[in-house]
Amino acid sequence: MKIKPRTFSDYATIGFPAGMLMVFFVIPFGIMIAVSFFQRVQGAFYEPAFVFDNYARFLTSFFGGILGFSIGLAALVAVVSVLLAFPFTYILTRMARRTQVVWLVFLLSVLSLSEVLIGFGWSTLLSRTAGISNLLVAVGILDKPMSLSPSFGAVMTGMVYQTFPYTVLVLFPALSRLDPSLVEVARTLGSGPVRSFLNVVVPALRNSIVSTLIMVFVFALGCYLLPQLLGKPSHWTLSVLITDQAIYQSNMPFAAAMAVFLVLVSLSLVAISLLYGKKENAA
Amino acid sequence: MINTFILRLFLGAIALFMAAPLAVVAGVSFNERKSLSFPPEGFSLDWYAQIFTEDSWRSALFNSVGVAVGASSLAVVVAFPLAWFLWRFHAPWARIVQVLGLAPFILPPVITALGFLSFWTTAGAYGQAWTVVISHGIFFVTLPLVTLTLGFEAVDDSLVEAAATMGADDRTILRTIILPLILPYIISGMAFAFVLSLNEYIVAYMAVGFTVETLPIKIFNSLRYGYTPTMASVTVLFVAIAVVVFGLIARFGDLPRLLGAWRHDDDS
Amino acid sequence: MSGLVFDSIVKKFGEFTAVHETSLTIPQGKFVCLLGPSGCGKTTLLRMIAGLEAATAGRILLDGDDVTRIPTHKRDFGMVFQNLALFPHLTVGENIAYPLRIRGVSKADCLAAVKRLLDLVQLPDMAGRPVSKLSGGQKQRVAIARALALEPKLFLLDEPLSALDAKLRESMQIELKQLQQKLGITTIVVTHDQREAMTMADLVVVMSQGKVHQVAPPVEIYRKPKDAFVADFIGSTNLISGRISGSGKLAVAGGTLLADDLPATGDVTVSVRPENIRVTAGRGDSTPGCLAGEVSYIRDLGASIEMYLSVAGQQITAITTPSDRPDIAAGDAVWLHFPKDACVVLGDA
Repeated sequence: MKIKPRTFSDYATIGFPAGMLMVFFVIPFGIMIAVSFFQRVQGAFYEPAFVFDNYARFLTSFFGGILGFSIGLAALVAVVSVLLAFPFTYILTRMARRTQVVWLVFLLSVLSLSEVLIGFGWSTLLSRTAGISNLLVAVGILDKPMSLSPSFGAVMTGMVYQTFPYTVLVLFPALSRLDPSLVEVARTLGSGPVRSFLNVVVPALRNSIVSTLIMVFVFALGCYLLPQLLGKPSHWTLSVLITDQAIYQSNMPFAAAMAVFLVLVSLSLVAISLLYGKKENAA
Repeated sequence: MINTFILRLFLGAIALFMAAPLAVVAGVSFNERKSLSFPPEGFSLDWYAQIFTEDSWRSALFNSVGVAVGASSLAVVVAFPLAWFLWRFHAPWARIVQVLGLAPFILPPVITALGFLSFWTTAGAYGQAWTVVISHGIFFVTLPLVTLTLGFEAVDDSLVEAAATMGADDRTILRTIILPLILPYIISGMAFAFVLSLNEYIVAYMAVGFTVETLPIKIFNSLRYGYTPTMASVTVLFVAIAVVVFGLIARFGDLPRLLGAWRHDDDS
Repeated sequence: MSGLVFDSIVKKFGEFTAVHETSLTIPQGKFVCLLGPSGCGKTTLLRMIAGLEAATAGRILLDGDDVTRIPTHKRDFGMVFQNLALFPHLTVGENIAYPLRIRGVSKADCLAAVKRLLDLVQLPDMAGRPVSKLSGGQKQRVAIARALALEPKLFLLDEPLSALDAKLRESMQIELKQLQQKLGITTIVVTHDQREAMTMADLVVVMSQGKVHQVAPPVEIYRKPKDAFVADFIGSTNLISGRISGSGKLAVAGGTLLADDLPATGDVTVSVRPENIRVTAGRGDSTPGCLAGEVSYIRDLGASIEMYLSVAGQQITAITTPSDRPDIAAGDAVWLHFPKDACVVLGDA
């Protein structure tokens, strides 16, 4: 029953949201792109110009190192997250509704926590005075408490913690729509639960897995605080650098340039993952 | 059975992993002394009281709640006509607007935050309180947009056709048939946006960080300048709010459905 | 001119023609069934009456007025959908009162109308029930009551009984017919079930692949099918090829048949219903109207006996009752008697 819009009020319905998004999303982006070409002025913000200086800094080894580390870290986090979340979400979608809802409420609550709170939680948990090590000392396993952060492991743990609920929710629709009879057939043919999971469920959803990996990768790339809170300066990622440059170094143009770069990378990855998702629906 | 045991172990490990930092923070929030130690020494609810009694925390709380209410309302007000239009009309060009609606949330928050920083600075409104309401409202538009799109999809076309055969025009159908059926999705979209806005740090910071202090901003500042257990009690409060909000949605609505599941008996 | 008229109606979806140019008149006050296999265009035709599909060409006239371009919500009809489409968020009474409420009818008048309609469909005192707590048959009746709330000129039903179980379906067919006769409202029902059409309809419109094959009362459709499709779709039949010889005789494999309304010459197909063929034991040569054959197989179904016979290589089926059963068995030679009025010469299908 879909018809073409006819009257003015028909078009006005989409006009309002389109207008809002244009003004408050597209324009800010446009300005940010413009700023990336501006000249940074010491002591002030920046002055309008058109220079490539900011982008030229991408070519330094310093930047290259950070870029490489960011991508590597995000990829690792995505892989670990999906490895854990995929079997978990599969189990989740087979649960009784009541239990499912309890888990979902729990995961949604964790998902809603911002990086600040997660960072605070994990830095506490890994600290010398109020963390796991204290518990282990109290129980007698450790001699004296120690701080487990800052370290690469701490950054990884914190980031996986943050991405895990997101990964579950991204996988949820596809896994809950999976036809249970596929696995049932495998079981009747003699395949144990783990084997039928590996041989039936994983291949059936491989496009979902790939597109989820990409989505989580983009999500992990966006972590701006955890690497800073839980890691050493060598663990800083692109997003941390952007935040740092924008706020503390007052170098908006450079921050903007990096942000533009990050946008381009994220958008192309999201587009790829959508294409993968479409392929799976068509299959 | 070994399999069930391994299953339980796996689920237990995940649960422990998810709950651990929260448990520790909760423990710390009850600590009697103003220090970061676990297991807690002594028990005190002082740090919870401080959220409401101490001026700076209380005003941060009000700021957070105020922004969250405004932003989530704005998000729904923008998302609804868009979702309705996409469902009702055949207009391929409208997909662009849909992508614009999904984009803010898919991109890393740093980018959106930076965009707003440049925008408000250029507009000369940097630092004014209402800018963060708009910033959050647009940033979180995706949430009600997604839930509303699902909601419209779930409306049976034949219901709309039946209402038309009974003499209802578009506006009447919207008012009498669609709105009542979509209401749970409106509410859940708004609730998601509300909870996320409460918690959100970077966009708020870059928009109004120096003038308006929301709770997450205050916590971050406290992280840098000095620890107080009130940070922990605020975290616990946020988790509690989230659990209550999502719990209510689950109680009155079909949470799995809202998150994209459908079951085979849905085809009747 | 009252009633519903399709004037050269065509419906295309892109390249696909769902309804080829069709002109059809549905007299006022009659119960009409659009009958055909799935994909024949019957539902599309119904939806065009409702305005849910726009005609690609042609006009639709109701009581002389051209309604082709009028939007759905301004047309005057009530419709029952295949999945019933009861509003899940409203009670039974609110569902039925919906068309009245949106026209501003007062609450009191609505209540009275709902009561009247519920009595009409034999569901008294159900007004407060939520829709989810109804059985299939009850939902069916509520959908009917709702469609009739505005006392419309036309009553449209799209496969209304397909979701019901067999026994309920049969009793509902009779109820629907009685309801229509009581109200005298022009009713159009889409169905793929020929028994349903034969039970309820005053007029049957037989369709396939977007074309109307025949419009006639049920008995006429059965006894005098126009073409092979109609003959085969309604009930079962034997389709026998034949040739008209120069002397006006109808020659078929194995002999000659007698029939009325023979065309002058040419190849024809003759339809003969199994229950009209009389089978007797015996051997010999064929005579006009009587063919020699052999029994292939006999099926005793209890209430009827099916005989599968072979006549000059062609398979013919005959049906008889147990009391009239001839004393024959597989392999026997038999006579097949074809009464003249049972042989229907078909037009080209």
